[in-house]
Amino acid sequence: MLQVASVTHRYDVSRPWLHRVLAGEPRQHLTAVDNVSFRIEAGETLSLVGESGCGKSTLARLAVGLHAPSEGTIRFQGETLSSVRAQPALRRQLNMIFQDPYSSLNPRWRVRDVIGEPIRVFGLAADRVAQRRRVETLLLQVGLAAEDGEKYPHQFSGGQRQRISIARALASEPAFLVCDEPTSALDVSVQAQILNLMRDLQHRLGLTLLFISHNLAVVRHMSDRIGVMYLGRIVEIGPADEIFHNPRHPYTRLLLEALPDMTRTGRPRNPVGGEIPNPIDPPSGCPFHPRCPLANPRCTREKPALLLHGKTEIACHAVEEGRLPDQLCANRGCGQVACL
Amino acid sequence: MMLLWLQSDLVHGFRHAPLAVVSALVVTLLILAAVFAPWLAPHNPMDVASLSLLDSFKPPFGMPTADPANPLGTDNQGRDVLSAIMYGLRVSLLVGFCSILLAAMTGGAIGLLAGYAGGLVDAVLMRIADIQLTFPAILSALLIDGIIGAMLPRTMRESVQIYVMIFAIGISLWPGFARTIRGSTLIERDKDYVLAARVIGVSAWRIALTHVLPNVLGPVLVVGTLGLGMAILTEATLSFLGVGLPPTHPSLGTLIRFGNDFLFSGQWWVTVFPGLALVLTVLSINLLGDWLRDALNSKLR
Amino acid sequence: MTLLSVRDLVVEIPSRRGLARPIDGVSFDIEKGEILGIVGESGAGKSLTGAAITGLLPNPGRIAGGMVLFDGNRIDDLPATRMRRLRGRRIGMIFQDPLTTLDPLFTVGQQLVETMRTHLPLSDTAARTRARDWLDRVGIPAANRRIDAYPHEFSGGQRQRVVIALALCAEPDLLIADEPTTALDVSVQAHIIALLRALARERGTAVMLITHDMGVIAEIADRVAVMYAGRIVEIGPVDAVIRHPTHPYTDGLMGTIPSVARRLDRLRQIDGSMPRPNGTRDAMPVGCAFHPRCPKVFDRCRQERPVLHTAGASLVACWLA
Repeated sequence: MLQVASVTHRYDVSRPWLHRVLAGEPRQHLTAVDNVSFRIEAGETLSLVGESGCGKSTLARLAVGLHAPSEGTIRFQGETLSSVRAQPALRRQLNMIFQDPYSSLNPRWRVRDVIGEPIRVFGLAADRVAQRRRVETLLLQVGLAAEDGEKYPHQFSGGQRQRISIARALASEPAFLVCDEPTSALDVSVQAQILNLMRDLQHRLGLTLLFISHNLAVVRHMSDRIGVMYLGRIVEIGPADEIFHNPRHPYTRLLLEALPDMTRTGRPRNPVGGEIPNPIDPPSGCPFHPRCPLANPRCTREKPALLLHGKTEIACHAVEEGRLPDQLCANRGCGQVACL
Repeated sequence: MMLLWLQSDLVHGFRHAPLAVVSALVVTLLILAAVFAPWLAPHNPMDVASLSLLDSFKPPFGMPTADPANPLGTDNQGRDVLSAIMYGLRVSLLVGFCSILLAAMTGGAIGLLAGYAGGLVDAVLMRIADIQLTFPAILSALLIDGIIGAMLPRTMRESVQIYVMIFAIGISLWPGFARTIRGSTLIERDKDYVLAARVIGVSAWRIALTHVLPNVLGPVLVVGTLGLGMAILTEATLSFLGVGLPPTHPSLGTLIRFGNDFLFSGQWWVTVFPGLALVLTVLSINLLGDWLRDALNSKLR
Repeated sequence: MTLLSVRDLVVEIPSRRGLARPIDGVSFDIEKGEILGIVGESGAGKSLTGAAITGLLPNPGRIAGGMVLFDGNRIDDLPATRMRRLRGRRIGMIFQDPLTTLDPLFTVGQQLVETMRTHLPLSDTAARTRARDWLDRVGIPAANRRIDAYPHEFSGGQRQRVVIALALCAEPDLLIADEPTTALDVSVQAHIIALLRALARERGTAVMLITHDMGVIAEIADRVAVMYAGRIVEIGPVDAVIRHPTHPYTDGLMGTIPSVARRLDRLRQIDGSMPRPNGTRDAMPVGCAFHPRCPKVFDRCRQERPVLHTAGASLVACWLA
């Protein structure tokens, strides 16, 4: 369905021209996505997970064509994204759900116009009456009432607004949906409603999802496959069960370890230190090496490539060289990487 | 509905701001007086035939030899000052409103374009605005007025002067609107609802006009109200300097200029009352604008 | 020994739509050295409870009933100046956004020294030494050098640690932490949680931890109070509340949280949304505030409001408990 091949994306974060000339500064670039490749098969859910600044949101925008990649190509159903964007019949099949339910709906538009916009843009309804009926069907489909179309976004709660966003995304009759942190602004009980709704709709409509989140539990619930990102690179990608039961990249292990665990109240731990480096000036070699307990001189020099190990692809010299201990420490209470 | 809700909150705040209520009341009264001047004014100051030099320099109400028919006295030609003010206000407000409309439309369009297009377009347009902002608005207006005046044949000048003024003042005030709209556009442009429209391939023009524009209009109201005071003052200043509106279409500024000649010969009322009218107008408009700015800032955060 | 005791706290906010009651009869105690977690969805009244205790209610909110006892003395009616002294010295606070707490114009060292010297009898040099120790303890690398840095020179996670140092340096007896880790990445969050717990244990500081994150609560709190629509619906030892929730709301809430350990086909969900005591959208229901969403609702719930009563190790406000 979607094929991302060696995609790199840089943002120009230089200061304005006059400042640069006066201060004698060069242009500055931030590599938000660094040589990333993956595929998404029809009907599956791939999640990208990582902490802030790892490039997952940039990748989401690249995938729907909001940005053009600096390098590499993205193909949707075999066609390059730029040609997909030029053909309404194909473009229609790609849509997106955003994180913030408060800024993703135009406050001055009625809900029926918000949901009706894709229908109008792609000419999916014969006339106004048909469009209206379609909007009402969509509203019912996401668990709202048909009359809600007459209201304005501010009359709804965050969860209801996210339902409206979903209805708008479905209005173009997409095959592929990019969901950028769709529940991270919501309370857990509302999150559960939205996640259930998305799973239901996915099954019913046969959607393919690219799901972006920082929340591992949400990702676990939603995904067939998971890609873990760190500083613009995918460090580990594979089937969801593999990633959670047999995490091998030290960063994946750190993430899982850092996760507060509901089932173990008051568990003692001694978490791994360090913080995410500045992405404008990333570390040499493997970007994770300054925090990695298994780092050796090679890691500081050479960027590890994403290689297939069993069912998952991992970018780690330690895994490649077989230096990685097999499992997390059996006692999960201890199970940090540093202990290994 | 959104607008209604906003307005209801605005209206609520308004009722609890006595200064704003008074200013709004004064502005409304002044506008009514100006619009209905031909029916309300006791005399017609434009009707030269009805003027008599015998009536000249009657003092205003409260002075010995005052005539109740001319509560604010008369000028050197026997023209009723109150009526002249009402007609002058009419011209002043007309020029003010029209030039602000022009400024808002050009400035708004440029600001929207600069903010939404960004990059080089933005840089060029905003540098032009910056350059114009280094001149006081009055200087730009003077310049534009002078250039157009020089291009027109002498005979035409007087009859089209009012349009020239509107154009000159309107153009001199666009940068304020452009900067405000551009600022709000920059914020709205990156919001997710704009991205959602971009994802499905809505054209940039359409997004700018149907999505962004309705969301950046709030601040225009504030800049427009404050700008209105500025426009009226600019016109009055130009007219006072003698490059503004001709005596055939006297504005408040023109009236002040003519009255000024008699200030030191004792007939102060000919200039002071038009002056007070100008101060009252601009002050109440500005107070209203200030309140609107504070109210919208706190509500729209 | 009970350090903080909140009794029947009622907070009212007059608005032009009428009088809202975002907190309606909240009671709980915190012992010395104990960590009490306060959880609930946004709008449940968690943060307002913290604000009411510290005398920082946003205008025009006010305490309309009940009382707050700190170390045996009433503090809800203290004059503003005495409350301010108490707040710096004996009650420390951490908010979600560290930038609102730090003054951008002063170095973190200056801010720490000033805070300590205001509340503790310390010389300038002694305070500075202690400031460095604090930065070290909260895990700021190279504290010796970083003490003279300005807040903007720190990363988000480090800033939050500085805020924690600032809240703790006057050695308060009670720390009120309002969503201290919500804005942070998980790896940094883990650090802050560990730090808070260690400090509570070492110094016997009581902590009131306000968060919507059950995972954080599970890991750090001794007891937990679950709030719903301005009331506490269940309060008890963390194990009991999380593993064997008694109130249908708590039970439902636990089911809505996706788990990393196993994948379910569907999450349990609580339909509808919490009534907002401060809005017009949903008026507060009569009786139990949860009854319109409760799967086990019966007649009495619609008429009478349940009060907290003992159920096992916990206190629960439900007619079924």
